Amino acid sequence: MLALIDQALIAHLVLIFIVFNCLVLSAAFMVWMERKVCAYIQDREGPNRVGPEGLLQPFADVIKLLFKEDLRPKAADTLLFLIAPVISAITAFAAFSVIPFGTETTLFGLLNEPLRLEVTDVNVAVLVIFAITSMGVYGIVLAGWSSNSKYSLLGGLRSSAQMISYELSYGLALASVIMLAGSLSLREIVMNQSGYWWHVIPKWHIFLQPIGFVIYLTAGVAETNRAPFDFPEAEQELVAGYHTEYSSMAFAMFFLAEYINMVTVSAVATSLYLGGWLGPFLPAWLGWVYFMIKVLLILFFYVWMRWTLPRYRYDQLMEFGWKWLLPAAVLNLIGTAALVIWLG
Amino acid sequence: MDLVVFYILAGVTVLASIGVVSQRNPMHSVMLLIVSFAGLAGIYIQLDAPFTAVTQIIIYAGAIMVLFLFVVMLLNAHTEDDVIPSRLGPHALKLAVLLSLVLVFELASAIMKLDRASFDAATGSISSVSAIGSQLYKTDGYAFAFEVTSVLILVSMVGAVVIARRPRKESRER
Repeated sequence: MLALIDQALIAHLVLIFIVFNCLVLSAAFMVWMERKVCAYIQDREGPNRVGPEGLLQPFADVIKLLFKEDLRPKAADTLLFLIAPVISAITAFAAFSVIPFGTETTLFGLLNEPLRLEVTDVNVAVLVIFAITSMGVYGIVLAGWSSNSKYSLLGGLRSSAQMISYELSYGLALASVIMLAGSLSLREIVMNQSGYWWHVIPKWHIFLQPIGFVIYLTAGVAETNRAPFDFPEAEQELVAGYHTEYSSMAFAMFFLAEYINMVTVSAVATSLYLGGWLGPFLPAWLGWVYFMIKVLLILFFYVWMRWTLPRYRYDQLMEFGWKWLLPAAVLNLIGTAALVIWLG
Repeated sequence: MDLVVFYILAGVTVLASIGVVSQRNPMHSVMLLIVSFAGLAGIYIQLDAPFTAVTQIIIYAGAIMVLFLFVVMLLNAHTEDDVIPSRLGPHALKLAVLLSLVLVFELASAIMKLDRASFDAATGSISSVSAIGSQLYKTDGYAFAFEVTSVLILVSMVGAVVIARRPRKESRER
């Protein structure tokens, strides 16, 4: 009996280790992808010196950042200044912990009990992600305030205003999916999307919630502070926004958090709208391959959008968030409710 | 094990709450209040009420405290003065102590009167989201109280908008 418990525990710890490192690696990969895609969009080559096709460039960057001097403004609030990047990084990692990325597997009979491919299974997973993302804003706000610099403060203020505004639409889009699936557990939401209509079209929520999907993606971009909504760090106005005063590893942590947040938003979108790990042909235990492909596609879309669209003006951002996105999300919610009642 | 976790969480919550009132820097107070909320959320999880815990984080730690931060940042209030505001009068401190003693007494007597057996029977139903939902929205549940609260919040929202709205041109000319 004891051996069985230990085995499950070890398997779980290994899983956590793998997920953690995959997240860090995915952030490195995203940096590479961003620079490559950006380069090709602008008709350049991009990084191509370190490693094959410049694949090792992010690692070179991290090593460079590690050896840089850690500067701290004299007038900064030391404690909060040090905590802020930590909060950002922790919340970014923590949010991924409730996302399932595959079915159960026993690793070809290696394990006595099947191992679920997710770090924790919470029955309110969607809300947990929402809660952790809403805590992530503190990292940015505190960084902006504790630096005691006007550019940082303005960046932090803008960011919090933006995140509060878009969190509403984000939450309403989530609520529509929750109503369709009748559950707050991401695993059950994914399982609700199994099967096909007329043997061809997969029963993904994106086909029932096309507007919800667009709202989610848009709010997701705003939540992760990416272009065209990257106001917290609008270079032309705010130098670098909330992380102006940060250098070395503290800056690297903000950088890491931003990319991991993107991965998380894409992973949640995959689970909620694109059927998670479900897909044809491959055996069930290889579902995580589908999961990765779908997440990658959404990530590519984000990068593509960043280098194609110009940044909005701040008042346009607020007007869009409150006057267009939020009403659309409310109407979508009401429509979904009607649909759910009509279909029984 | 459970007891150890409880004492850690409770200790964090209580210490953070004491920190909130004893800190001079309002920014630090806000952060400590968030820590206190997080400790409370942990205790809710221990009580097998993950929904309550997550709602606590989303609403209090996530939404309301961000607004607090906003106000503190915009006012740029660096430190509080350590004198008691004079318009409260010289007896304010004594009154405050008296009131808090009354509160402690009330809480203590309420806790003494509690029937522990009924608590143990009631657990389990809180953990399910659908159970909470049906209690809130059923007419023989809390539907009326729920709706009245919504109207109250709506009214206060409208009030806030009216107060914050810029006066129209003609009213400014008058």
